[in-house]
Order: sequence, then structure tokens, then C-alpha cells
Amino acid sequence: TSDGAAGPGPGADMQWCFSQVKGAIDDDVAEADIISTVEFNHTGELLATGDKGGRVVIFQQEIENKNLPQFRSEYNVYSTFQSHEPEFDYLKSLEIEEKINKIRWLPQKNAAQFLLSTNDKTIKLWKISERDKRPEGYNLKEEDGRYKDPNSITALRVPVLIPMDLMVEASPRRVFSNAHTYHINSISVNSDNETYLSADDLRINLWNLEITDRSFNIVDIKPTNMEELTEVITAAEFHPLHCNTLVYSSSKGTIRLCDMRESALCDKHSKLFEEPEDPSNRSFFSEIISSISDVKFSHNGRYMMTRDYLSVKVWDLNMENRPVETYQVHEYLRSKLCSLYENDCIFDKFECCWNGNDSVVMTGSYNNFFRMFERSQRRDVTLEASRENSKPLQVLKPRKVCAGGKRKKDEISVDSLDFNKKILHTAWHPQENIIAVATTNNLYIFQDKVN
Amino acid sequence: MINTMECAVDAQSLISISLMKIHNSRTQRGGIKLHKNLLVSYVLRNARQVYIKEKYAEIYRMQQYEEVMTVCNEIQELNPLDVEAEDREEEQLERAACCGEAAAIHREDCVKEPEPGFYRSCCMEPAPHYEHFTLTNTNNNNTHCNKTTVLDLDTHVVTTVENGYLHQDCCCDPQTPQRKRKGDFGCGASDPEDVPDFSTARKRARREDCALPSLEYTDTSNISNLISIFGSGFSGLLSRQADLEQICSKPALASLGAWTRAIVAF
Repeated sequence: TSDGAAGPGPGADMQWCFSQVKGAIDDDVAEADIISTVEFNHTGELLATGDKGGRVVIFQQEIENKNLPQFRSEYNVYSTFQSHEPEFDYLKSLEIEEKINKIRWLPQKNAAQFLLSTNDKTIKLWKISERDKRPEGYNLKEEDGRYKDPNSITALRVPVLIPMDLMVEASPRRVFSNAHTYHINSISVNSDNETYLSADDLRINLWNLEITDRSFNIVDIKPTNMEELTEVITAAEFHPLHCNTLVYSSSKGTIRLCDMRESALCDKHSKLFEEPEDPSNRSFFSEIISSISDVKFSHNGRYMMTRDYLSVKVWDLNMENRPVETYQVHEYLRSKLCSLYENDCIFDKFECCWNGNDSVVMTGSYNNFFRMFERSQRRDVTLEASRENSKPLQVLKPRKVCAGGKRKKDEISVDSLDFNKKILHTAWHPQENIIAVATTNNLYIFQDKVN
Repeated sequence: MINTMECAVDAQSLISISLMKIHNSRTQRGGIKLHKNLLVSYVLRNARQVYIKEKYAEIYRMQQYEEVMTVCNEIQELNPLDVEAEDREEEQLERAACCGEAAAIHREDCVKEPEPGFYRSCCMEPAPHYEHFTLTNTNNNNTHCNKTTVLDLDTHVVTTVENGYLHQDCCCDPQTPQRKRKGDFGCGASDPEDVPDFSTARKRARREDCALPSLEYTDTSNISNLISIFGSGFSGLLSRQADLEQICSKPALASLGAWTRAIVAF
């Protein structure tokens, strides 16, 4: 199907077409323009990006163009605002980066939209509202705001609201600060729509969206003696349906599920998800590549997905000792880990995402490649986000990396991959087959081919 | 067992690279990234394990050679009561000791003058003969050990330096109770304080007694070393640099390998 449902998976059934690309064309990337997070809202109508310069850009999906049905949806800039500024912690002599680490939308309750954005230390709740009318005809004021001379007023006039060009305003409604000693890596809104969590390297805090001067610490893995530290929290998320359940992943490759009903401090997990390491694969970098960079619940809440450096794993919440599915993203990099360590690429934190009906998972790779894994059919595809394949509605050709041996035509050898072109952030529209893929400083929007 | 075959660089280079990453992270915008540095410390630990294993394998090979040579020399000398000759030999040679992961080597042997960066340990008593190293030996009579100490930021083992040679304080007596050493991450129980006191560690090192670092301990010691460094922050590291410079004498450091020169760099 081509509308609504995220239908059959990639492979023979589906082809992806280029739709749009946002961002500067030139190759000289300004550091502030590097995209650091991408997130659709709950209806998919809005698409938010955050960048290293602390800015948030929100795109809005235009109403379907009836005359040109193949241009099903175009995203245009809706609002741009500066969410975070660089700060300086004088006590520690540390600069706090303004880079937006995560954006999470709140479900819509009224005409306005709300989102949470966070940098390393501070979370902010932003209200994005539209103004398309303005009052005119004040009784006591001139149009420019100056007060009239009272003696000149002879009649009563009531102001009327007249249409104006749409103005989208973003205003910070709450600032949640001073609750994190370490760097915030995750925020997650609870299904109760009243609370949310924020996680840093060692602690997870629970907030009420209305209250900024207090938060509850629910997970604390900081050892009494920092010399005994062996792992950190890398990501955390609330269950999409059960407001008492959350998971957090660690640098050791484990995921812990916590039930907030059990105790106030969820240091003891309810479940521990861990796959034993294959001892034959042990290398200098085993610890690094097993560190989990992202964890995401499926929409139906039955599964969760984790991303480590080389693979994506799908876990059944009822089975703790191993994942139910493992997908190799770029196994050909295993023999290159040493170089990737030297150039720091091994520390890249790739994210992953589900499609609307949890049948497909997607994640990024290098050379501006991204991968989709269709779960039931066990089919996978590698696609590329590049300016060369950016003609309107151009169908993306599947790519293939040649790991060794004879390179076939159209294949790319591992040594030709550009490790500076990495796709860390991807997002899938909650209902349609529209995906947003962020390269370093460009945002690509692809949609499935409408037949 | 760590598979080193797939790695393009050797353990020693990995150690240098890792130390450089930690060094650079101090000046990074946004502050020290705990996660990244924790992962780097794991690479450091792994590389160090491989490096030590390789070095001890080398020592073992040299020990075997030395033993053979010594036996041959003794036979040739035809004068087993020549004490002076034995003392001379002893003065020329260093002893290897065992500690940590190399506890399997239960010998007290000597090795030749080391190349720069080659760690040997001195700890045991100056026995004029080769006997099996036992853990009950204390080391207070070790006349070889000098009083200049060097803090190894990699292993955080405090080493003494003498005449340009490196000695590793690894002597251990499991019967002496483990002492809490402030700032000594290489051995002993950990201190609840986050910020280590390196001057105290210096003083304690001169007493030359320390607990045998266990495998688990050395596993976490690397990480804990670095965490402690970061815990004290950038300014803390700066203040300690003066201490380090004091205790690292030039001749001693001249004999260190490139990767241990990171100590000075810090």
C-alpha cells in the first residue's frame, strides 16, 4: 500500500526515491551545521533537527498536492530557533557545549506543539505555536504602540483580529538544569505525558514536565569509589505503553529493564539483557565495539532494538539471554578496527529506528550509506544518501560493499569507503514510508516509490 | 586471549595512541568525555596485558639462556668458593620478579642491562644465588633500590629508578595486611576519596612494600587511574605535573621508552 500504513518491507516490494535534501551544498562543512539529532513528531507532520550550534530546525509536511500525487509530501521549514547557547562552568573551568544531543516531541494536547531538547547539561521544553491573526484598531494605542493623547479619543473602538502571514513562534517554557554532573545522552517522554527521564553517563533522573526545580534520581550506577568504575549508561528510554517501565543500555553491551513500581531507586534491574561474548572474537577493541550506542523500543512495546558498533540486535523483552535477531551492519569493518580506533571512528555513536509497524529496522553506516533490515523476510538493503542521486524522485540503487576478493562492477571496496561521511541519525515517519537521513550537514528525505 | 593478529599496530603503539587520546581529551571542548575515556582505558588495559605477556615471554627466554650460560660459566670457573666473582655477577645483573599476571614465573632471575622502556623489577632481596621467588620474602633489604620514584600513568605502578634502570616495585608479601594507599592505584584497597594524593603515593613507594596486584585489580586499576585523573579535573592534573617533574629525574627518564614519556608530557 502506498498511503498510511508502512506496508511491505524493502527488497523486491519497495523502492526508495529521493524526495528532498536540506542544508548547504558546499563541501566545506561549518562545525555548527553538523546535524546531531533527527526526530519526527507523533503524527509525522513535523520533523525536527538539532545541530552542533545549538539550533533546532523544524520542518512541516505540506498537505498532499492533489495535482501532483507523486509528490506526496514535502517538508518545508516551519520554525528555526536557537535552543541552547554555549555556557561556561566557572567552578570546573569547563565549557558546556551547545550541541543538541536529543530532541523528543510531546504528544500534542492543544494547538501548540511541544518538544524537549537537551545539550550535555540542560533540558528545555519549547512551545511552538502559530500566530496567524493579529489585533488591529486599538482604542488607546496607535498602531505602532504609542499611546494616544486621551483628549483626542472621542469614540470607543474595539480591536478586531485580522489575518496575517503565518508566524511560528518558539518560546522556552521550562528549563530543567543543574541535575546532571555528567553528560546527558538521552531523554525520553513517558507514556503518562506527565513525566520524562533524562540520562547521563552514570545517573537517570525523573522529571515532571511542570516542575523544574526538582527531579528524582531513579538510577545511579556511580560507584562510591570512582576508581572502581567499569561501565557507563549510554542510552535510556521509557516503554511506549507501560509508564512504569524503562530500559537503559551500558557501555558493556548490557541492557537493564527497570520497573519503577519496585522501588524508588531502580538500581536493581528487573531484567538484564546480555549476550555472552564470543571468546574467539576477542581483540583489543572488544569492549569498544560491544558498547551500545542506542536503544529503542518497538512501537508495540514487545521488542527493543540495540545498536553497537558493528550490529543491530532485536531483543524480545521476555528473553534475556540473547537477542532474537542480529543484523550485521558492516561486518567488513571488523578487520579495520585498529585504523578506526586511530582515527576515532570506532567511537561513532550510530542510532537506529523502527518503521511504523515494526517490520523494518534502519541504521546508518559510513560513506553516507544506510541500511534497512526487513525482519520477517530477512532481507536487507544498503542505500546511499548523496547529492549525485538527488534528482527528483530518482530511485535509489542498492549499494554493495566488497569485503575482499574480486570486486564486481558497481561494488565499492572497503578501502574506498569515506569514513568522514557517516550517517549517525536516521528517523522513520511513524505512519508512512518516509525516512529522514542525516549526513554530516544535510538532511535527506526519501519516500517509497508510488506506483 | 586477545587476538592480536588482526591488529595492524603492536601493543606498544596502541598504548602510545591511547595515551595520546587521553591527553587530547583534556583540552577538548565540552569537558572530558567519561564514556570515551573509559573505552580507551580498556584498550590500554588490553594492550598492556599483551605487552606484558610478550615482555615476560622474552624475559623467560632470556632467563633460560642466562641459566644455561651461568651453569656453563660456573663449570668453567672451577672455583665454587669465589665469592667475589659471584658478587660481581650479581651487581651487573638485574633480577626479574613476578607479579601480577606473570605470577606464573616463579623464579628469581637476572636479566641483562635493559633496553629503554623495558621494565624489570628489582624487588627481591639481594640473594647471591638464584633461588625460587616466594611470596613470603620481604624486600626491605634490597640494596638495589634507589629512592627516586616514577609514577607510571599507564599501570599506575610506582617504580623506582636507579642508575638509569627501572625497577618495578612489585615485591609482595601476602602476609602483610593490605595497606590503604592514598593515590596508589596499583595495589592495595581503594580509597573512598576520588582525588588521589600523589605525594603520599610517592612517600609510600619508598617504603617498598606493596601488595601483589591481583588480576582484577590491574584490570580496574587502569580505568581507575584515569578516572581519578579526570576526577580531579584539568587544574588538578596541572598541579600534579609539577610533582611528577620533581620525582622524575632526567637520567631516569632518558631511559624510558617513548610511550612512557607520556608521563612527562602530562
